[in-house]
Amino acid sequence: MGAAGLAAGGLVSACAPAPERVQTSAHIVIAGAGAAGLTAASRLAQRLDGARITIIDPRVRHLYQPGFTLIAAGLQPARYSVSRTASYLPRDVNWIEAGVAEFDPDANTVVTSTGQRVRYDYLFAAVGIDLDYGAIEGMDTSLIGQNGLGSVYHSPEAAEATWRSLDRFAETGGEALFLRPATEMKCAGAPLKYTFIVDDILRRRGTRSRSALTYAAHNNVLFSVPIVSEKVRMLYQDRAVDTLYGHVLKSIDPGARRAVFDTPGGEVERAYDFINVIPPMRAAAALRNSPLAWTSGPYAFDGWAEVDRYTLRHVRFPNVFVVGDATGVPKGKTAASVKWQVPVAIDHLAAELAGTQSDSRYDGYTSCPLITRLGRAMLVEFDYQDNLTPSFPGVIAPLEELWISWVMKTIALKPTYVSMLRGEA
Amino acid sequence: MQELDPGVMLAVLLEMMGIWFWILGALALCGLTGFGWIIVRERGLSSGRLVRSQAFALLAGAAALVLMAHVTKSGFTDAGGPIDWLLIVAIFAGGWIGGTILIYAAMGWWRFMPGQERLVALITRLRPQPAA
Repeated sequence: MGAAGLAAGGLVSACAPAPERVQTSAHIVIAGAGAAGLTAASRLAQRLDGARITIIDPRVRHLYQPGFTLIAAGLQPARYSVSRTASYLPRDVNWIEAGVAEFDPDANTVVTSTGQRVRYDYLFAAVGIDLDYGAIEGMDTSLIGQNGLGSVYHSPEAAEATWRSLDRFAETGGEALFLRPATEMKCAGAPLKYTFIVDDILRRRGTRSRSALTYAAHNNVLFSVPIVSEKVRMLYQDRAVDTLYGHVLKSIDPGARRAVFDTPGGEVERAYDFINVIPPMRAAAALRNSPLAWTSGPYAFDGWAEVDRYTLRHVRFPNVFVVGDATGVPKGKTAASVKWQVPVAIDHLAAELAGTQSDSRYDGYTSCPLITRLGRAMLVEFDYQDNLTPSFPGVIAPLEELWISWVMKTIALKPTYVSMLRGEA
Repeated sequence: MQELDPGVMLAVLLEMMGIWFWILGALALCGLTGFGWIIVRERGLSSGRLVRSQAFALLAGAAALVLMAHVTKSGFTDAGGPIDWLLIVAIFAGGWIGGTILIYAAMGWWRFMPGQERLVALITRLRPQPAA
């Protein structure tokens, strides 16, 4: 979700200068028309001359997910995040409006939800993430927005419903619960920033003193990058946000407003007046159940794709690249990662088609404009090694709460994101 | 950080501002052209007019700040570090300098507008006259 790299690194080219177009008659299939799929389609259309490009996805509407937090903060309406998939598709790309039901990389084939078998020479798998709300007992997404139940991730409409729920809660105050799943997830900063936002809204309404905010981390840190985790810990301490570790949401009773967490010491039940539920996340089912998924190691359980982390090329099927959320790499489930991943993967494909080699590498760059209150954010950018990789070193300090970072998030991020989809950024 | 790409910046600005990119660009071009034209015509800067236009342009600087606060849904009390204050100064300065150029050009052009003497005379007649 977070993508400050779009706003910051977005003004910086990932692969410069503009490379020559490559002549080819290859058929390239892109599975998925989310941020990664559309970006790949635009860049492939620009880079390849004569290629047949097919994109497979049933979704007519495109969702700008970095905007969900602003919607859930009451700053934007749901329509802020909604646009049309068709408006980003290059003219010569063939769009099959169906889901991907099956990957068969041994036969170089994708099977759609309508039963159509589509053969490819090269595949870009960009099928993204499944939100597994069903894994939380008692969770009913139709109740989001009622009785203190929020869930920013589900959809723009759910983000808006979450805001309505928060708006009511902010009038009275009470117990607010925030959490994250024990799986990989899109922009791990999102639940942290929403906690900060709620704290700020309560302060502005004058109900903070009547409220208790608790953030339940799934392990023993607040963020995977140690220096960022420590900074957030300090800020939470400063804002009087209580922190729990080793808590994973197991079940919820929306009617009784009670949540049960799995902890190392057994199940713990907590009452709440407002909760932001974030479901476990797994690779999209078609990929998870395919030979493209990891078969062992930490990324196998949720079915993330087994790719080389530096080239995004599949380890066992070299004519397959996986970009976006479904990649089984240590970082990078944000739009900022997409911006840096896609040019690398395409550079490797173009080099192969041209009979040369590419030395492009994706170093794990990702970023998160970590909102710390309405009007301020920290522009956190980092790589596989947890190094901070500021786009403007010495100018925008990554761990400083700044208005300029907020300005980027609110006005520069979405235009940069859209430009990315069109292959222009 | 790799190198800044002007093409990327242009694409993002176009996406950000839409039609306003061209309207503001045209306005800036008109202001600069008018400013240059009046300097050439008058063979120099009029210090009195420059001071007056700078004074009026303070409002343009303030308007730029208000506009920025509006579109970012935030306020200047949110400034958290030196770079924020630099940004605020830059926004104000941009509005002020742009406003100065536009107002100076407009004031200079005013003298050459056809029929402006009649308009001035009309405004003068409409002013309340002091009691005899």
